Amino acid sequence: MQLSSDDIRRIARLARIAIDEQETVAMQQQLNGIFGVIEQLQSVNTDGVEPMSHAQDVALRLREDKVTESNQREALQAVAPAVEAGLYLVPKVIE
Amino acid sequence: MQWEVVIGLEIHTQLSTQTKIFSGASTAFGAEPNTQACAVDIALPGVLPVMNKAAVEKAIRFGLAIGAKVNRKSVFARKNYFYPDLPKGYQISQFELPVVEGGEITIRVGDENKVVRLTRAHLEEDAGKSLHEDFHGMSGIDLNRAGTPLLEIVSEPDMRSAAEAVAYAKALHSLVTWIGICDGNMQEGSFRVDANVSVRPKGQAEFGTRREIKNLNSFKFLEQAIKYEANWQVEQLEDGKKIVQATVLFDPETGQTRVMRTKEDAHDYRYFPDPDLPPLVIDEAQIEQIRGELPELPAAMQARFQSVFGLPAYDAQTLTSSKALANYFEETVAAGADSKLASNWIMGEVAATLNREEKEITQSPVSSERLASLIKRIMDGTIHNKAAKDVFKVLWESDKSVDQLIDELGVRPVDSSVVEGLVDQVLAANAAMVAEFKSGKEKAFNALVGQCMKAAKGKADPAVINDLLKRKLTE
Repeated sequence: MQLSSDDIRRIARLARIAIDEQETVAMQQQLNGIFGVIEQLQSVNTDGVEPMSHAQDVALRLREDKVTESNQREALQAVAPAVEAGLYLVPKVIE
Repeated sequence: MQWEVVIGLEIHTQLSTQTKIFSGASTAFGAEPNTQACAVDIALPGVLPVMNKAAVEKAIRFGLAIGAKVNRKSVFARKNYFYPDLPKGYQISQFELPVVEGGEITIRVGDENKVVRLTRAHLEEDAGKSLHEDFHGMSGIDLNRAGTPLLEIVSEPDMRSAAEAVAYAKALHSLVTWIGICDGNMQEGSFRVDANVSVRPKGQAEFGTRREIKNLNSFKFLEQAIKYEANWQVEQLEDGKKIVQATVLFDPETGQTRVMRTKEDAHDYRYFPDPDLPPLVIDEAQIEQIRGELPELPAAMQARFQSVFGLPAYDAQTLTSSKALANYFEETVAAGADSKLASNWIMGEVAATLNREEKEITQSPVSSERLASLIKRIMDGTIHNKAAKDVFKVLWESDKSVDQLIDELGVRPVDSSVVEGLVDQVLAANAAMVAEFKSGKEKAFNALVGQCMKAAKGKADPAVINDLLKRKLTE
């Protein structure tokens, strides 16, 4: 499978990355190279092999349902670009 | 042409845990903005999620309650999209392997039972809240809700009317509060409904194109939105137009749905397994322990109320609409009240008064015990039903005992020999009415009953007066 330049633009848009024409061409070559490797991997017969969802063979650790965090708003908001009335301010987004 | 509406629901239930699904921050409602949003919740670099055991237990509880398969291994995935109230740029959810699969719920619509199948239920985290009022042209973000545990419950497209969809949503609401996994508070967003609606010519096998109505937070809006949407789709099709797959919002002000986004600009979520979280493994022992802790479920209790107390299906269903109401009924009966009388009183006077005062059964000033003592006075003939209603009204407002009030209000029925004397007096004094009745005017009989009740100052049993009058008039 080969990615078209439209695919590249779509992927960039989904990732919120701005790329120009030149970068699109470069990106298309690189990603298609990676896709080549993936195609090679996909040619391996995996019948009867359970898909892996995690690199380590471990189970999820669970914690008790007890409040362990205190209010750190002041410290956390000290590094935010803009705050008001306890809220983080961001450029207006209405869907 | 006859049309059929097809509905499937996706319901987000907020799990009633103390802390977030992946952090130890509190989930208490109504806190000052961002005071319950810790480093994990706001996605500072380097933080890692740690799963809340109680959220897993509640998911298992739900799976067992609907007879579903609880997956021994389930996987968390990242659902990627950008929005300012989603700090990580992805929501941790479950995609290919959810914790609960299958199951079913029986709903009752009119006199019919219907089984609605469930597709799945999966664990995920909630997003924060965006406030769009003007902060110098910016939006304000409160991340207190970010990371609150949700169980998203997805049904099959098994419902065929707005009434069925509402019945299903109510049954599910009753169940999740019953088994204690969600507080059910719809105003606070603990139970949010998305409805997938499509229409097709009756008899057609394939489904029509669906539109999804997002975020309905009351049963009333759910019903209105589905009715409007189904009508709108039928009109489009009858005008020869096509339905375009879309996500829509319901506006309670206008009672209409409007498009939020169409399929072309739908999100591409690019789900993939979250490398921060190994698979969730649930063992047999844990499932069996939770099964042992499950309370008697509404359906089982309903059946028991019918078989043990001999209640009609309608009564049994109404009384098991919430656990608190069912408990109140059982306590009333345990305190010595006749079960059918208890049922009548709870569904009648008690429910009506609670309704009027917008109170829950747990806030009833008349305890189950006091209601039982009132009913016992009806059972032993101390007062009749009409007088009991008068006592009940005062009982609601006062701390006095039932017996005290019966005496104070003077509602004991007058002695039967006295009633007979009164009836004789009334007949003697109203010879004209008696003559009218004997000439065939039925109305005169009711007038005579009224005269007798008046003479007894309302303290006689109308049924007794009826019988006495009938006997004397036909003698």
